[in-house]
Amino acid sequence: MVTASSRSASFAALAGAVPDPELPVITLAELGVLRRVEEPEPGHVLVELTPTYTGCPAVEAMAADIEQVLRSAGAAQVEVRTVLVPPWSSDDISAEGRRKLAEHGVAPPRPGARTADPGPVLLGLSPTRHTTEHARPSAPEPVRCPHCGAADTELLSRFSSTACKALRRCTACQEPFDHFKEV
Amino acid sequence: MTSPAPPAPATLPLGDDALILSHRLGEWAGHAPVLEEEVALANIALDLLGQARALYAGLSDLLGSEDEIAFLREERAFRNCQLTEQPNGDFAHTIVRQLFFSTYQQPLFAQLSPVLPLAAKAVRETAYHRDHAEQWTLRLGDGTEESHTRTQRAADTLWRYTGELFQPVEGLEVDWPGLAEEWHASIGDVFARAGLTVPAGPSEGAWSAGAGRQGLHTEPFGLLLAEMQHLHRSHPGAAW
Repeated sequence: MVTASSRSASFAALAGAVPDPELPVITLAELGVLRRVEEPEPGHVLVELTPTYTGCPAVEAMAADIEQVLRSAGAAQVEVRTVLVPPWSSDDISAEGRRKLAEHGVAPPRPGARTADPGPVLLGLSPTRHTTEHARPSAPEPVRCPHCGAADTELLSRFSSTACKALRRCTACQEPFDHFKEV
Repeated sequence: MTSPAPPAPATLPLGDDALILSHRLGEWAGHAPVLEEEVALANIALDLLGQARALYAGLSDLLGSEDEIAFLREERAFRNCQLTEQPNGDFAHTIVRQLFFSTYQQPLFAQLSPVLPLAAKAVRETAYHRDHAEQWTLRLGDGTEESHTRTQRAADTLWRYTGELFQPVEGLEVDWPGLAEEWHASIGDVFARAGLTVPAGPSEGAWSAGAGRQGLHTEPFGLLLAEMQHLHRSHPGAAW
């Protein structure tokens, strides 16, 4: 027998399994952007989604994908709301999500972003190759190369293909890679 | 044509700052000196556009849809500070404008975080904007004679628009004098490391103190609005 709560749970599982539109190796659940999936009345599914970055254009694609998946699973009405509180943090990416990012060649964010003071200094960006002389005194945990695992990597650009990533290069294997920024 | 001043809710100036600076940064698309910077400026513009949309969404009961707010208001209804509407100039000019603005916006959002969800959300992003502008200011100020000269000139030119940043915005619970003090300390520190001189001139003209917040703007703003709004106004409801 399918109960209302098991239906809600299966809607939640389906929404959570939707791949991220820009990084399809990880799911919305692993990315930590799904805040709530409920069925307040039969056939009406309410989903709360939080953006990674304020201006992230992927939110609209996520909402459309969720709606499509849930409708094809039998939901008559799907309502996707965007919520900002509490703000998403890169700490919300699950361990499995981090593993998949690294496997995909994207260095996962280092943990502890949420507890860090939101200041530009404490975010722990390392100096670029151009500004070694301005290196910060206390180096945080290094961003490791997702290809060879070396800790010696350099920042090429704070902003990469999407708002949530920075572009780095490994000085050991010379490969460039994306780094999911701590936020 | 002038229209009567609409009600100006407390968060409108914040949304207008974000929208207008986002538009200015977007003007760099296709013109930035290197690809990485093209991407960086567009990324910052995107963050700011997201801020504006979220803030406007909260004002829809008063001011209409986000499109109406962005595209159908007249110049005097915009409450952005004049700094954000200043033309891009050269790359140094854009970077100094960004440094001045992000060094203001980040601690402002930190103060507003407990009461404004968007501020709590965006404050960490603004930290990246600030850091980016700071790193470039160091690189340019402490770079070649040419880059130093251009950066100093940008600072001298834009300085007169910085006083307005700390004019209290009615309805926002902010320690404005504390914000100003923190801003000056930070800019002084970055400039010292970059080998730049903090401009000695007034940080506001008699004509500009708080002017943008009251809907009074500089000449380039009308041109910006014309470009930003003409498509929507010429083709209402256009979609693609």
